[in-house]
Amino acid sequence: MNSLNRPFNTILFGFAFSPSLKVNILETTRLAHFLNAKLILLHVGTKTDDKCATIETLLQKIAYPETLPEVHWVEGKPVPTILEACNRFSIDLLVLGALQKENMYQFYIGTIARNLTRKVTCSVLLLIKPSRIRVPCQHVVVNGFDDPSTPGTIKKAFQMAKALGAKQISIVEEITKKEVHVTVEDDRSLKRASLRKERLKRREESRVRNVVGSLPETLLTSITVKIQSIFGKRGYSIGHYAEVVRADLLVMNAPEKSGVLDRIFPHDIEYILSDLPTDMLIVRNSL
Amino acid sequence: MIAKKNRSAIFIKDLPKNIFAGFVVSLIALPLGLGLALASEAPPISGIIPAVVGGVIVAILGGSYVTITGPGNGLVIVLLGAITTLGGGDLYQGYLYTLAAVVFSGIVMMLLGVLRMGRLADFFPASAIQGMLAAIGIVILAKQFHIMIGHNNEAGNIISLLGQIPSGLYSLWETDNLSVLFAAGTGILSLLIMVYYSKIRNRYFQLIPAPMWILILSIGFNYFCSWFNIAYPIGKKFLIPIPEDVLSSLVFPNFDKIFQLDFIVIVFAITFIASIESLLSIKAVDKLDPANRHANVNKDLKALGLTTTISGLLGGLNVVTVIARSSVNVNTGATNRSSNFFHAVFLIAFVLIFQEQLRKIPLSALAAILVYTGYKLATPAVIKKIALIGKEQIIIFLATVFTTLTTNLITGIVVGILITFIIHALLNRSFLLFITNLFRPNILMFREQDGGNYFISIKYFCSFLNYYKLKDKLDLIPENEEVVLDFSMCSFVDHTVLEGLENYREIFDLKGGHIELIGLDNHETDSVHPFAIRKIIPLKALKPIERYFTKRQEDLKETAKDFGWNYIPKKNKNTLFLRNFVFFYSRNIRYSYNQLEDLEGEKGVFDIEFTEGEFIAKEVVKTTLMYISLKKNIPLFMVDKEGLLGVLSKLSGSGFENIEIPNHPDFNRRFHLSGENPEAISKLFTDEIVLFLESNPYYHLESNGSALLILKKERLLGVKEIKRMIYFGKQLQDLLQSS
Repeated sequence: MNSLNRPFNTILFGFAFSPSLKVNILETTRLAHFLNAKLILLHVGTKTDDKCATIETLLQKIAYPETLPEVHWVEGKPVPTILEACNRFSIDLLVLGALQKENMYQFYIGTIARNLTRKVTCSVLLLIKPSRIRVPCQHVVVNGFDDPSTPGTIKKAFQMAKALGAKQISIVEEITKKEVHVTVEDDRSLKRASLRKERLKRREESRVRNVVGSLPETLLTSITVKIQSIFGKRGYSIGHYAEVVRADLLVMNAPEKSGVLDRIFPHDIEYILSDLPTDMLIVRNSL
Repeated sequence: MIAKKNRSAIFIKDLPKNIFAGFVVSLIALPLGLGLALASEAPPISGIIPAVVGGVIVAILGGSYVTITGPGNGLVIVLLGAITTLGGGDLYQGYLYTLAAVVFSGIVMMLLGVLRMGRLADFFPASAIQGMLAAIGIVILAKQFHIMIGHNNEAGNIISLLGQIPSGLYSLWETDNLSVLFAAGTGILSLLIMVYYSKIRNRYFQLIPAPMWILILSIGFNYFCSWFNIAYPIGKKFLIPIPEDVLSSLVFPNFDKIFQLDFIVIVFAITFIASIESLLSIKAVDKLDPANRHANVNKDLKALGLTTTISGLLGGLNVVTVIARSSVNVNTGATNRSSNFFHAVFLIAFVLIFQEQLRKIPLSALAAILVYTGYKLATPAVIKKIALIGKEQIIIFLATVFTTLTTNLITGIVVGILITFIIHALLNRSFLLFITNLFRPNILMFREQDGGNYFISIKYFCSFLNYYKLKDKLDLIPENEEVVLDFSMCSFVDHTVLEGLENYREIFDLKGGHIELIGLDNHETDSVHPFAIRKIIPLKALKPIERYFTKRQEDLKETAKDFGWNYIPKKNKNTLFLRNFVFFYSRNIRYSYNQLEDLEGEKGVFDIEFTEGEFIAKEVVKTTLMYISLKKNIPLFMVDKEGLLGVLSKLSGSGFENIEIPNHPDFNRRFHLSGENPEAISKLFTDEIVLFLESNPYYHLESNGSALLILKKERLLGVKEIKRMIYFGKQLQDLLQSS
């Protein structure tokens, strides 16, 4: 198959024996099928006959038997083990199951997933709504921030949209208060701020349009592209937007290496992680 | 250049109006200034200085347009406390120390302006602020009532002063001191003038404001006595003490105590109350401004701070923006800041020219003016108004009033805030809702691409704690735009926010814009009041929604009346008639509500709640639909502007195919038309219909053979949008039935 339609080659899914194991497996195998990628299942913990049997029976039920995943068992601490596995299998997409409002959610999103997303060198997909039957992905929302990694992220988003058959993709760029530079205090400053906002919006849109224009034609067919500027807190409001338009997948740049200050004052992706609106793909461009 | 010339021409043209307004305001400012100073136990002239200094400086440097500045009611309670505590019994010394505090509070206020803290007033719950103002009113009333009836030396805390009122009145019968009796008589007569002034409908009488009438009459009485050689019956200690030479008797503050804790606390308290009073007044005056200008609050704060410092250095009290005088200013035709300046000029002229006459004013007459002012702040009507909003507001209000009266203002407002927060948490049965989400950004704003209106979505909760975030966004929107505020993801909205939004709504309406609140109709409330708290408690049985209407529901009712339709707010589970639309093949309808229906039951618009997906992937969606049943059968079809709602992918299995209308390439490019019978559909879509759809591209349209379904967005629509939808639907119905 054309490499254009293969945003990712090897997918790793770190699973735990939770009530949602079955749907998680069904979802990831389906995903691997659509992305035409190789799937590796990894369990951090001891291998017992019981667990093996559970996995075996689950794997017999998957809808796409031609992408039968490899199963690996490794003992150790979750984060370093998964990181190590990512390198060993040259993984380019790590899938983490994260059920909203379940303990697992707390577990993964609270510590492990956040840790992983920060340290891992490949892209990460967080699934909050794995489903037994296929729920078609309709609408992808991707960030269009002014950032060197954005074009890569947008490209991946288009590839995912194509692979999953989404009908619409919205590229969202955020206009922050800081960029407007004008503090609105009275009629005059309001007018100035509005003008500036309009100019910023046009500038941002043309930037995003350039990015989209440079994508290969085949990715652009049969999909509606929408460019939307939003006003809000950087990195957070895009999650809120995805929730409002009820997107099925949110694609974001990976956060840059964060220092101590960033952990004390959470920002960007941290906000979204604490309140995931949809499935989310965090793209780390290995280029 | 032309604009500049124009502006100065307008300024000169408006000058007479502003001079007149300044004159009328100065008539009120004179007695009030004297009275407020006396109520604070400061020399009377210290109440005139801030009005004069404020008028001049704020008129030049201020950021608002038709406000009047001067000594404020709210400060009485703080200054009175400051003068008594700092002086340690010596009122004059206390006054000098307090002047130093005034100087410093001016500096702090300037800092607030520089730091753009004009939003400070937004952090306080509305009912707590109301309670604080009422407490101030009670304090003024309790103190001044005794002076009004000729008892100058009553002392004690506020509660006991209030308690002494009946015995004070009773003692009037027993006294044989003529001075006291005459003072009391003047006081009570003055109070009657204040109360009945507005009831007298005489143009000439109304030319002079009530407080000035009191001064004129009492001074007139003094002259009357001297002309007829009757000894003036009110003794000197019942008259205003004004020094012989006003200009040379200015005093200088005493800075000895500036490093003491109680001094610092007083500076803080003065700044706090002065800023709050000014900010609230500026906001209120913005709404009165006939030219709908937007005051620059921070610039005003800076100017007020500078003025306060200068006023303090000259021996005057603080300067704040005052609402009562400002509204008189607007009502008498002021158009710009120059009226504030003229008010200062007239004031200083009065004081210098009529020194002799001012000394003849009885204290009791001034006290009467203040008693009335105090009463206005704490009328039973205030409590009634708050009670209407909700029971919990009464608790907040009374707690704030009581704490303020028994302790001090700062403690009072802090208790008010805490109680509000606790009540909110109890109402929602969750502290976590507030704690976990307090610092999360909860507001998203963007401009919708079809229609161009602003859309703001609010998550989690929205109360006085995080109202400023919403305000930040609203302030960015030009007031002539249309805004839709969606609360469907927000589980709690409090009174402070709804009242604040109402203010925005009024301003937007004035300037040709529009604000609509959607997604609140399902929130639960206990009161009919439009500002009542609204909440959704997860997993609680849904209560009927038709009990208390939101603004949107009231508007829907009006809309129904306009069209001659029926409005049924009730939830309706009978939604079978929607089942045979393709749109609802994969969506489960829970119920419809807020139905607008024509009398024949032919067409209607309603809100609907449906779910998509199952189990954990299930999502609840609320939207507004229009349904039209047709008199003749038409083929099944579906029209959708490309990508509008993404419904097409769900069509697999419905047997629909894409259809192109011949000779309309533009329509084919922009719209997705699909159906089962291409021939019949091509026939149905006449040039007229195609043109009509091209000019109204925002709707998703579906026919099930005998009825039409119209859908605009996957969210609830505002009333304005609903009206447009009805108009669209009616026209389309006519076109389809005539073709």
